[in-house]
Amino acid sequence: MEHQPPPFFNRGPAPLVRLVFFVSIAVLLMVLDARFRYAESVRQVVALAAYPIQRVAMAPVDLFHAVANYFGSTAALHEENAALKAKQLRAAPELLQLQSLQEENKQLRRLLEAQERLPSKSVFAEILYAGRDPFSRKVVIDKGSQSSIQAGQPVIDDVGVIGQVTRVYLLMSEVTLLSDKDQAIPLQVLRNGLRAVAYGGAEGGMLDLRFMAANADIRNGDTLVTSGIDGTYPPGLPVATVARIERDAAYAFAKIYLTPTAGTDRYRQVLVLSNEAKAPPPVEAEQPVKKSPKTKRARKRD
Amino acid sequence: MAIQEHPQHILLPAKVSFIVLTIALALLFNLLPWRNTAGVPDLTAAVLAFWCIHQPRKVGIGIAWTLGLLLDVGNDALIGQHALGYSVLAFLALAVHRRILWFPLWQQALHLLLLLLSTQLLTLAIRIVAGASFPGWTYFAGSFICAALWPVLSFLLLLPQRQAELKDENRPI
Repeated sequence: MEHQPPPFFNRGPAPLVRLVFFVSIAVLLMVLDARFRYAESVRQVVALAAYPIQRVAMAPVDLFHAVANYFGSTAALHEENAALKAKQLRAAPELLQLQSLQEENKQLRRLLEAQERLPSKSVFAEILYAGRDPFSRKVVIDKGSQSSIQAGQPVIDDVGVIGQVTRVYLLMSEVTLLSDKDQAIPLQVLRNGLRAVAYGGAEGGMLDLRFMAANADIRNGDTLVTSGIDGTYPPGLPVATVARIERDAAYAFAKIYLTPTAGTDRYRQVLVLSNEAKAPPPVEAEQPVKKSPKTKRARKRD
Repeated sequence: MAIQEHPQHILLPAKVSFIVLTIALALLFNLLPWRNTAGVPDLTAAVLAFWCIHQPRKVGIGIAWTLGLLLDVGNDALIGQHALGYSVLAFLALAVHRRILWFPLWQQALHLLLLLLSTQLLTLAIRIVAGASFPGWTYFAGSFICAALWPVLSFLLLLPQRQAELKDENRPI
């Protein structure tokens, strides 16, 4: 006869066994997420479960904004209105010229047989909250795959590029800021067209212009815009200005730090640009398919 | 005569609905739109540790793991990062739950500080292995704030169990 403890003493597996079980599942999920990106389906399902809690958590902030708006004095609103009108007036001549310039640009490009730049569509979105993960720099916006947002789209505000959509849920999506450690963006110096790549992760939310020769023609206060050669960011959007340059003869490269133009701390409204409107890649005259067997044969002979 | 100095009250049994409510409120607190504020206390971890210590048969590692997964997705963190941290936290809390309640509240807070700091260290180690950079020392401030809040938290979370149906000054319940 086996002596089983009575059922009211039964407490299931020992804590250590449970710990090992749950820790191994967690480690498995982490490896799948970090190395293979297989955990996206798990994330989507749990995100649906977490969405109501998140919306409820947003409610006090929404209420605060509503109350603050309600009590926002009319004087402040008048002031803001006047400032915006002045800004619009200042921008008006450039805007009026824009159409003719665009036509002229198109014609010149046709003359030069350069590829035409296609206008890109954009979706208006609002920042819901800044990411709470202290290890990365992200914001969450209120448009998701329901508004046909896709991962990889660039996000801008009224003064410059903010970052790129990296993960899309049904009703929200996650934007990785340029200052995130894993984010890189190809740039061009506005003054002389010098191309470079900026990486995030420098301290204080700054960007880091890597692999620029120590004697590169770049100065403090230079404006950098997107170069558009990556096919993700449309060309010509302002990104950052040069804040500090350290040229050291001991290193081959200069250390260049940039301050991003756009600030996610100031405004809540952003535009998600679509990169669908890209021109198709140029058709190559040669067909590389025929060549490949020859090269294989050549390798075999060797 | 330590027992005379700290009289032990016999508490009413804890209601499951109250446990669920407090954990849900703590989750809401964690999911508030904090704007990259350093040192936000991880209230979910503190409430979880509290219930693991006071009700080890009702709240355990499984619940901790599930809460962690919810926070992983809610925080857009690495999936499994909070789940792992909270599982270890729950295990440590279960390991010390018989001993910790004999200490006065501020010493309990010191115990909790150690638990929370070890959880945070574990999470930090995981993220650094996964390729993140060190977020600065303010990252650990949340644990200290949580530990400082422990006496308040203990008082509030035990309040329903102290409310006897028939009040009597001479009875310990």
